[in-house]
Amino acid sequence: MWPLVLRLLFFLLIVKPFLLLAVGVNVRNRNRLPRRGPALIVANHNSHLDALVLVAMLPLRLLFRTRPAASAEYFLRGRWRTWFATQVIGIIPVETGGGRPHDEVLGKVQDALAAGDIVIFFPEGTRGEPECLGKLKTGITWLAQQLPDVPICPVRLCGLGRVLPKGDWLPVPFFCDAWVGEPLRWEGDRQRFMAILASSLGGEVSRQ
Amino acid sequence: MPLTLTSPITVILGGVWALLMLATAVVWQLAPAPDSELRQRIRSWWLIVALCSLALTFNRIAALLFFGLVSFLALKEYLTLIPTRHADRRVLFWAYLSIPVQYYWIGIEWYGMFIIFIPVYMFLLLPVAMVLIGETQGHLRAAGTLHWGLMSMVFSLSHLAFLLVLPQAQYPHVSGPGLVLFLLLLTELNDVAQFCWGKLLGKHKISPTVSPNKTVEGFAGGVVTTVLLSVLLAPWLTPFSVRDALLAGALIAVAGFFGDLSLSALKRDLGIKDSGNLLPGHGGILDRVDSLTYTAPLFFHFTRYLYF
Repeated sequence: MWPLVLRLLFFLLIVKPFLLLAVGVNVRNRNRLPRRGPALIVANHNSHLDALVLVAMLPLRLLFRTRPAASAEYFLRGRWRTWFATQVIGIIPVETGGGRPHDEVLGKVQDALAAGDIVIFFPEGTRGEPECLGKLKTGITWLAQQLPDVPICPVRLCGLGRVLPKGDWLPVPFFCDAWVGEPLRWEGDRQRFMAILASSLGGEVSRQ
Repeated sequence: MPLTLTSPITVILGGVWALLMLATAVVWQLAPAPDSELRQRIRSWWLIVALCSLALTFNRIAALLFFGLVSFLALKEYLTLIPTRHADRRVLFWAYLSIPVQYYWIGIEWYGMFIIFIPVYMFLLLPVAMVLIGETQGHLRAAGTLHWGLMSMVFSLSHLAFLLVLPQAQYPHVSGPGLVLFLLLLTELNDVAQFCWGKLLGKHKISPTVSPNKTVEGFAGGVVTTVLLSVLLAPWLTPFSVRDALLAGALIAVAGFFGDLSLSALKRDLGIKDSGNLLPGHGGILDRVDSLTYTAPLFFHFTRYLYF
């Protein structure tokens, strides 16, 4: 119970004020965000802040239903980090790499979606170079195929890789944008699906 | 001087609220679409006026925090717009830290430090931080653009806040917040007046390459309106004689015009229309404080030289 209280306090007292003052995330098309689970939110990945921003821009009542899928190798290292990541943030640990079958790697994500959770998923698999979209992995198509009724909400994040890039611990304030795209659904064509997803997450982001 | 219902600041702020209500009523008639730009702009004006009213009537700490926040948001917007080097992340962090320090000098009324901290010390220190990191590619551009931002968004805007702490003992009816209100009102109304006169009578473009909407007629109408307002408001809020009120009005009108153009040139250079979207209907915060980056230091020195 009390990790959940900590999650609420962490988001209300630390994450939200920090994002409001030090970052300033401008969410475009907020009305396209899912209002209930199950749903997949997919985004490009440049910063540890990405998952926090995506959780924080959903209504507070969804806080306990929203879970970022995150690298087990990175977040389950050390007792405190594991406790904080799994209990307070509520990540779904994903064992990346190794060329194992999708159902073994993403089984827990599938379970969470089946249970009605909102899952935050980074199809690049890891934080890439600041402000550019890396190659998307195929796990997302497998998930979409397994759960064709779960709406997929693409969000293009812009600027967070400047605020807190990979390999740095000091956040530097910049305004950021989060563009919520049209919801995607699995229609049976893998290449088409990947192309639409890549275009809603990548490309040059204009500030106008 | 304690603030009462009949203090000049309260009366004039009341007037501003009344004017905004009138403007709201007019705009709601003119623009029926609930999300039209004009309506958004009025909504943002309500936010600006409410926050300024609170900052100017509460106490000095609240006002300093408010203007410090404006500097922070303006600098953040500027740094978001310009290209910065990855190597300079620490340097940008120091640049942000100069904001609380600059406003602290104002809080302790240390004029000597306030006036040289950014133009001298930060000017020398930030390049030192850059050379210690060791990235020379793009050094001049990085140091130059960063210092331009600090001068405009922190140094210039902080003159507004120093008006709050000018010693006023010799003028019993004048207060720091009154001077700030005078400058803010005239600067913003000058923008509005230039816009309105330009729409009404504008024919001859004054600066076609930088800002094609600016016209000679709009500029002249703005100057006349602002000078008149200055003469009207000065006896309430400032120690100015009629001659100096005329001069202050003209100074604010001309300086505001060039502050606006200077930021337009920056936006043109970067290829953008609005500086951000913090204030719906206006654009970003830089789109609102552009004129102030010129009027604040010039009005401050005009006032300080002649009266304090």
